[in-house]
Amino acid sequence: MEIIKVGMAGLGVARAPGRLRTTGLGSCVGVVLYDHVQKVAGMAHVMLPESSLAKGEIESVGKYADTAIPHLIQLMQKEGANTRNMVAKLAGGAQMFSFLGNNDTMRIGPRNVEACKQALRNARIEVVAEDTGGNCGRTIEFDAENGLLQIRTVNQGVKEV
Amino acid sequence: MAYFAKFGEIQFDVLREIGNIGSGHAATALSKLIQKEIDMKVPQVKVIPFDQVADCVGGAEAVVVTVFLRVEGDTPGNMFFILDVASAQHLIHYLTSSDKPVEVWGEMEASALLEIGNILIGSYLSSLADFTGLNLHPSVPALAIDMAGAILSYGLIALGRAGDFALTIDTVFLEGNDHVRGNFFLIPDPESLPILFRSLGVPFDGDY
Repeated sequence: MEIIKVGMAGLGVARAPGRLRTTGLGSCVGVVLYDHVQKVAGMAHVMLPESSLAKGEIESVGKYADTAIPHLIQLMQKEGANTRNMVAKLAGGAQMFSFLGNNDTMRIGPRNVEACKQALRNARIEVVAEDTGGNCGRTIEFDAENGLLQIRTVNQGVKEV
Repeated sequence: MAYFAKFGEIQFDVLREIGNIGSGHAATALSKLIQKEIDMKVPQVKVIPFDQVADCVGGAEAVVVTVFLRVEGDTPGNMFFILDVASAQHLIHYLTSSDKPVEVWGEMEASALLEIGNILIGSYLSSLADFTGLNLHPSVPALAIDMAGAILSYGLIALGRAGDFALTIDTVFLEGNDHVRGNFFLIPDPESLPILFRSLGVPFDGDY
């Protein structure tokens, strides 16, 4: 069985029975889109909320929530997926160091989650499950066969949503 | 990446020297704290893709104990003091002179590690400030015990706005018996690098 690894700021698409995996999500958000009819899944590892934050040209569309999600949808459509059948699952967006309070850079986790949800609303895709926020790192793996997202943390073990 | 391509051998030498001086002072401070000999490796200055930053501490999923603080002042950046879990246990063991390595993390252990990290990073930065004549001061430190990828990506956010590569100054230190092994990681904000070079009289024309 093939496991496609999605790196930081990366995008990946898999068909059943393939799996998608990304490791060490901190304030980054792992976005999973799934067309349960075609059994096509997509995963993005989003680092920052908005492409307007970029200095200079945008080098990778997968880095920003507002560019990653539309691009991921396109990649999935090429594989035969349809947005009407898509649902989303989110994980990540933690605040790894809680002390730094209200500094904007330090609140990046919650801002990433919010930006992902906004981009999904724009695409009319429903978020059916999420494990976001908190202060722990997460590794996620998505099974394109059954649509389950496995989330692993250091202190809370493994769960599936 | 284009930005870092302007770096020549001399710029990398200067950054290695910065790692050398900073870590040298921090290693001495650690040696005094735990009354053990500390060896230091030659600092590695690398321009690496974000994905690979966690590789030098065992990969994105490796559990590490990290003290993080933000460098403030003339050349802002992020600073990490990273230990694997066994090393952190040994370190606390040395400090508290308990009978055996501590296995359970309590408030006291966490607070001791935070303070060690604070002292060591403080000595790294103050030697750097003396050497460059720049104004550098540490933010309040924070401790996290979690996946290396999740922790280090925190230091990459500011850089992420400008590219997909990070410049890291990484120094490994080892306690004589190899029971404590860790890294000092300095990730200067890209804007800080020309200021750093200028402070040391190194020519650099790369506008950021």
